[in-house]
Amino acid sequence: MRIAPTPGGVQAGSSTRKRRFAWLLVVVAALLVAFAPFPTGMGAPPPIHRLISVQAGQYAYAPSELQVNLGDTVTIELASTDSVHGLYIDGYGYSVQADPGQVASLTFVADRPGSFRFRCNVTCGALHPFMIGKLSVGRDTTLLRSAGLTVLGVLGLLLIRRQDAVAGGVP
Amino acid sequence: MSTLELTASARLKALLKNRYAQLAVLVLMLAGYAFAIVAGVVGSPVGSSNFSIVFVWIAWWAALILVAVPLLGRGWCSVCPIPIPGEWLQRGNVLGPHGRQPRWRGLRWPRQLRNIWLQSAAFLLLALFSIVLLTTPLVTAVVLGSMLVAATALGMVFQRRSFCRYLCPVGGFIGLYSQVAPVELRVKDKLICISCEGKPCYNGSARGYGCPWDVFPGGLSRNTYCGLCMECLRTCPHDNIAVNLRAFASDLNQPAGRLDEAFKSFVMLGSALIYSAVLLGPWGALKDAAYRIGSSAWFVYVVSFLVIICLVLPGLFALCASPGRDARAFRLRFSRLSSALIPLGLAAWIAFSLSFILTNGTYVLASLSDPLNLGWNLFGTSGLAWQPLLSAVLAPTQSLALTGGFVWSGTLAHKVASESRISSVPAVLYAGAVTLLLMRLLL
Repeated sequence: MRIAPTPGGVQAGSSTRKRRFAWLLVVVAALLVAFAPFPTGMGAPPPIHRLISVQAGQYAYAPSELQVNLGDTVTIELASTDSVHGLYIDGYGYSVQADPGQVASLTFVADRPGSFRFRCNVTCGALHPFMIGKLSVGRDTTLLRSAGLTVLGVLGLLLIRRQDAVAGGVP
Repeated sequence: MSTLELTASARLKALLKNRYAQLAVLVLMLAGYAFAIVAGVVGSPVGSSNFSIVFVWIAWWAALILVAVPLLGRGWCSVCPIPIPGEWLQRGNVLGPHGRQPRWRGLRWPRQLRNIWLQSAAFLLLALFSIVLLTTPLVTAVVLGSMLVAATALGMVFQRRSFCRYLCPVGGFIGLYSQVAPVELRVKDKLICISCEGKPCYNGSARGYGCPWDVFPGGLSRNTYCGLCMECLRTCPHDNIAVNLRAFASDLNQPAGRLDEAFKSFVMLGSALIYSAVLLGPWGALKDAAYRIGSSAWFVYVVSFLVIICLVLPGLFALCASPGRDARAFRLRFSRLSSALIPLGLAAWIAFSLSFILTNGTYVLASLSDPLNLGWNLFGTSGLAWQPLLSAVLAPTQSLALTGGFVWSGTLAHKVASESRISSVPAVLYAGAVTLLLMRLLL
């Protein structure tokens, strides 16, 4: 004998299906945001040679934030204003060290996009581990993807909340 | 979701109940702790090559925030050496109870202070001096020594582990985040506890001591105040105590709604935000202000720190909890909803710590070979050059932690808000905004 489904049961089943569909949409969109390749080359400025002078003193760099384009050849001229300081670029692994009153230079091709911390690699005093600067190469895709995932998370949670509200009268 | 009783394994249960095994670990920890104090005093004044700084703020912190708290909850508290001398003195014994106990004062902790407000205050106090604490070995040694003295003194005046429960600046946030851990200690059948005569798990018996954390295990529903010391496993005459494996964050399905715990979640979230800017940001003036204690810039830093943590973050979140005329109901809503921020807070600390630990991890190996800076090379690593570790995976891992923490918090906010019959939209937007800010600072 077959039992006919109740109207409430039909509504609950439909609500569950909608909820699953919403989750599926969010997951697919999240995978796209996380892994879809960024368009490269279009509108990007041609690579140039950049000469950047950086002063290092206890416990900061000036300027402390550097911005270059992907593919640029970058020369950093490091000058120390007090003790010996270094400049090591995370992710690239390049470094340079400058004695007080002397200028030391480092040249490299910025061929990896993203945001990289640079930091002192010569023990220079109490705050040495926190003597940090930031190098941005082109678009910071990790930050953009992360922010995109967060915004998607907000939208997904609001979408699911809306479905719950329709199904169960949640405010 | 169901749980898996780990103590169903007779071997594991025997190991957990074994006082000698626990004593061996505690003695080892106590020796390490004492050594860290000595190294802080007599070792190199340069933080990055001093055992005290390197082992406490890099090795121990990594083990605590990346492994112990997320996976074992208060697992660290079960082997923490700080309360041990006080407890031995309080009990007049280092193993199980026997004979007459010494006559200490044995006072109950004052009723008005039976909360975690003092723990939050102690954490904030240390946080204001954190950049000096993290870089100056002598200061680290003094703080470690002071905590040992305070815990011992309180152990002789008050009952049980009052220091751990009400004062320890670390214990407060371990308790808060231990709710996320997939391990719990619970009773198997609460009815047995109700009819149990004498309640030896709380009052003690010939088999063991009453709960050092001043908790009646029969009433346990959250990990927050259970120190996993295993004393109740020894004292229960009905074999009614179990250590279980469970789903992550099970405790947060039933948030307590306590204002002191709510405040703690803002203290921790705010501290992660501020540390990310001060310690890992490129702003030298900010570091300088935090370091130059007593300068006018430092006072501005202190006021800003406290205003952000005590007013801005909770104040904005209060708007998410639908303020109304009924202050009591609002307070409950606010406290319960703030528990949704716990996964995000833990994720923020994981993301922050990953950056700090992976960058400075090589100092641990160098320090291990020459812990007192006497020119030793015990493991052949004393001359190891500084090198950041796993740079390529750092940012994606931080991103994963923060995004995961946000989605988890948002889902919890939605659940708690629904139960409180308020909209979850403001809380989700709040958590999203904090996550974006953390990403901007850390990635």
